Amino acid sequence: MELVLAIGIGIMTGSGVWLLLRPRTYQVIIGLSLLSYAVNLFIFAVGGVKSNAAPLLGEGVDTSTLTDPVPHALVLTAIVIGFATTALFLVVLLAARGLTGTDHVDGREQPK
Amino acid sequence: MVLVLLVCLPFLGSLAAIMLLRTDSRVLAARMAGAVTFLCLVLTAAVYPAVRSGGKLRLDIEWLPQFGLNFTLRMDGFAWLFAMLIAGIGCLVVLYARYYMSEEDPVPRFFSFLLAFMGSMLGIVLSGNIILLSVFWELTSIFSFLLISYWHNNATARDGARMALTITGIGGFCLLAGLLVLGHIVGSYDLDVVLGAGDQIKAHPLYLTALVLILIGALTKSAQVPFHFWLPNAMAAPTPVSAYLHSATMVKAGVFLLVRFWPALSGTYEWFMLVGIAGTCTLLLGAYFAMFQQDLKGLLAYSTISHLGLITTLLSLGSPLAAVAAIFHMMNHATFKASLFMAAGIIDHETGTRDMRRLSGLYRYLPITGTLAMVASAAMAGVPLLNGFISKEMFFAEAVETHADSMLDRMLPYIATLAGAFSVVYSLRFIHTVFFGPAPLDLPKPKPHEPPHWMRFPVEFLVLACLVVGIIPGLSIGPFLHSAVLSVLGDRTPEYSLAIWHGINTPLIMSMIALAGGVLLYILLKDYLARCDDGPPLFRHLAGQRIFERVLVTVSWKWARWMESRFGTRNLQPQLRLIAAAGLLAGVVPLYMAGFTPAPVAFSGVDPIFAAIWCIGAFCALAAAYQAKYHRLAALVLLGGAGITTCITFVWLSAPDLAITQLVVEIVTTVLLLLGLRWLPKRYEKVDNSVTLAARGRRFRDFLLAVSCGFGMFLLSYAIMKQPVPDAIASYFLEKAYTEGGGRNVVNVILVDFRGFDTMGEIVVLAIVALTVFALLRRFRPAADSIEKPEQQRIQAAYDDERPERSAGDTVRDYLLVPSVIMQWMFPVIVTFAIYLFMRGHDLPGGGFAGGVTMAIAFLLQYLAGGVRWAEDRLRILPLRWMGFGLLVAPLTGMGAWLFGYPFLTSHSQYLDVPFIGKVPMASALMFDLGVFSLVVGATVLILIALAHQSIRTHRVRNLDAPKAEEA
Repeated sequence: MELVLAIGIGIMTGSGVWLLLRPRTYQVIIGLSLLSYAVNLFIFAVGGVKSNAAPLLGEGVDTSTLTDPVPHALVLTAIVIGFATTALFLVVLLAARGLTGTDHVDGREQPK
Repeated sequence: MVLVLLVCLPFLGSLAAIMLLRTDSRVLAARMAGAVTFLCLVLTAAVYPAVRSGGKLRLDIEWLPQFGLNFTLRMDGFAWLFAMLIAGIGCLVVLYARYYMSEEDPVPRFFSFLLAFMGSMLGIVLSGNIILLSVFWELTSIFSFLLISYWHNNATARDGARMALTITGIGGFCLLAGLLVLGHIVGSYDLDVVLGAGDQIKAHPLYLTALVLILIGALTKSAQVPFHFWLPNAMAAPTPVSAYLHSATMVKAGVFLLVRFWPALSGTYEWFMLVGIAGTCTLLLGAYFAMFQQDLKGLLAYSTISHLGLITTLLSLGSPLAAVAAIFHMMNHATFKASLFMAAGIIDHETGTRDMRRLSGLYRYLPITGTLAMVASAAMAGVPLLNGFISKEMFFAEAVETHADSMLDRMLPYIATLAGAFSVVYSLRFIHTVFFGPAPLDLPKPKPHEPPHWMRFPVEFLVLACLVVGIIPGLSIGPFLHSAVLSVLGDRTPEYSLAIWHGINTPLIMSMIALAGGVLLYILLKDYLARCDDGPPLFRHLAGQRIFERVLVTVSWKWARWMESRFGTRNLQPQLRLIAAAGLLAGVVPLYMAGFTPAPVAFSGVDPIFAAIWCIGAFCALAAAYQAKYHRLAALVLLGGAGITTCITFVWLSAPDLAITQLVVEIVTTVLLLLGLRWLPKRYEKVDNSVTLAARGRRFRDFLLAVSCGFGMFLLSYAIMKQPVPDAIASYFLEKAYTEGGGRNVVNVILVDFRGFDTMGEIVVLAIVALTVFALLRRFRPAADSIEKPEQQRIQAAYDDERPERSAGDTVRDYLLVPSVIMQWMFPVIVTFAIYLFMRGHDLPGGGFAGGVTMAIAFLLQYLAGGVRWAEDRLRILPLRWMGFGLLVAPLTGMGAWLFGYPFLTSHSQYLDVPFIGKVPMASALMFDLGVFSLVVGATVLILIALAHQSIRTHRVRNLDAPKAEEA
């Protein structure tokens, strides 16, 4: 379980960083999204990985068996804020493309 | 109390003067300033009994006692004498400035700065804590800057001010450093303690460091060689400023500091050499330069430098008698130099020029001013019966004495005599050129006449003081000087007598030689001086000013440019590469230092289904990375695949809340990016796929970096997950969630209750981002090639045109008709589901965030189903209202707790019996969550519909192009 998740986080990070370093704005925005998945999963994983132990307090549940709810709360807001920043970045890149006529991250094509 | 009043009054006056800036009255500010300075003068005079014969006043106000920093003011005899000088000359300068400043100038600003400067200067003099002293020291630099640049339309004034600020600012910084070292040596920043620890300081290994730093501070302020050049450039200031700051007070701050720390620092060989060389060089060079100035104020400025050099030289000697002479000369110099500056100002005011090549024979127009200037110049030259003579005599006497056996000491009498002769030359030149000779021909103001009496009064008063002190020194200044000397020297106070006649001795002979030599030299040089260029021969091209400017340009322009071109980049990629690399290092280095060993990889316990899901997820991520350049839509779909994998992982690993949120956010993100795709450039038909070697190298480097980051994250997260989870704060939340938060869904309770304040911050961020997006899109200009309708719509429209039975837009409307009808029918279902998610959030997975985004999806689907125009015709969502409501409700709920006397955001919970539905938990946190819900709906919808709306806007670019096309 841990191994699979760790490999997954690693692959998402790698793909995200690779795209982050590409010259097209759309690549960067996809890269940031992938990177944020990886980071969210990482933060989530710090609280320990357990199946069937959601932090919901039913009747007679032993609280010590449940997962740590704190990373969940952190990641939950991070997901929503991540959407907001993606939206902002998208609009900025559209506006930049409108102003400069190119979708290169520097606002102008790189000289070959 | 008096001390606080003394320091605060000028600052208060300064503030009051600024208030007068809008009034038309010229005199009001001057009168106010005059009243303040006069009050200061009276207050200072009134406390004299307390400081007589070694007494002192002291006032402690605790400021930061744990750091030894207190607002301590103290006044002893020496500080009193200086305070009198500051307040007295301040008073006269205000009176003078009242007449000097012209109608057009913003006079209240001038008086405001002047008063603030006076307050800072009094602060320096009265500081009883050396750090406080340095604070006031900086203030004088700043107000001097403001005063020099008072005529800020004038480039010379600006440059002079900047130069003065740079030099004195550097000095002030060194001074602070030196005082900190001094405080470190002594262990206290209290001035009295520091002064009492002279032997300890001099024996300390850091003595030289402290000494050099403090000396840089003092010498820059007092314009000593090699820092002297700022003073002549500061002469661009209005003349009252020159008279006040640059002759009587501020430049004296440097020598004041030397005297102040004289008991603690002086008497060593280092002191003698450092201070002595600076002093003698300044004395001689200043006097030499002064002879060749053509500008009246320039002459006076260099002469001031020279006299300050004289005082510094005296202080370098380390003998108590020399210190007495130094203190005495400070006072004398202030009186005659201030009066000379004012006289120069009168001449400038009346004739319109200060160039000595154009001035001559003014005595016939300005007889009284001329006489006064003559007396003052005589005092400057050291003519008997005037105050300058007595202190100069004392200087000569000290110069002859041997103090430290060195080359410098043996040369001193000759240097002193030579400098004395020079001072006679420039004093004589000042008088002779300006007041005698033929009547002036080409004056800018042809008919000079005597100024108003009250403008001349300060000069008269000061010249009278010169005479009184010069003739009866013992009776006039004697007692005051004595208490000043006593407070500095204490039990080392020497026997001295202030008399005009000491019999025929070496100093008198030196004086006579200097006088006679000076007159002779002037006669020889007279013709040359009348014609020569500004500036002394030999040194004309070696100006410190030019070196200073060169250094400034090099440091602030050339080096900065070089650094920028070398280390800066305007490209984003290298920056991101650096950030990624730095992030990698920040992760690797500490782990390596701590001896991190990767956890052993164990394949046991791997769930095959989970592994299979992640195979898909990993494939999606990699493929998205591969396809993002040319196949944007494919990359978006793959990104969604990776997102769904993440979502399933959350479900699998007991995080239902996260899963719901991730799922709904995934939907809106995909729609958002889909909307964005339309405005991105089309793929070129022919792609130049030839890759240069350099690009290949760059890609390989990036690939390596990405793989390292990924691998690092793999190792790190695997190691962390293999660790047992430490018992942190989780158990606290799990135990208290129901008993104190009244909810069974711990994650939601954390969000809306325990960490409600964080959540409030987050929804505010969300609101700001949404508004920013909205604002950016209002002025959105798409690129020219994205403006026309997408290919699909064009084909559909063409299809309609071809068939007569179809009207335009039919195909677009009928396109995907069945799904769109289903989507429209889904609207109430999804809205209900959103409300359900929101309501149950406190006990079961759901809550404001998830519910809010779901609600937004409900609206969004209507846009997708019917098109933007259709949806906007039928739905008025008013996202801004939703956001406003949310932003209001969330904090108001929190504030509601105040009504019951609880802190902000304290929640209350109970169960409510609602008909048909049953028991519903009604925590006040639900209201807060309602705010979150409402805001999330508003923000998400605002972002999405703002972007969607772009497709039906007619864009300005097209409108601009249309008339052009018609013209063509």
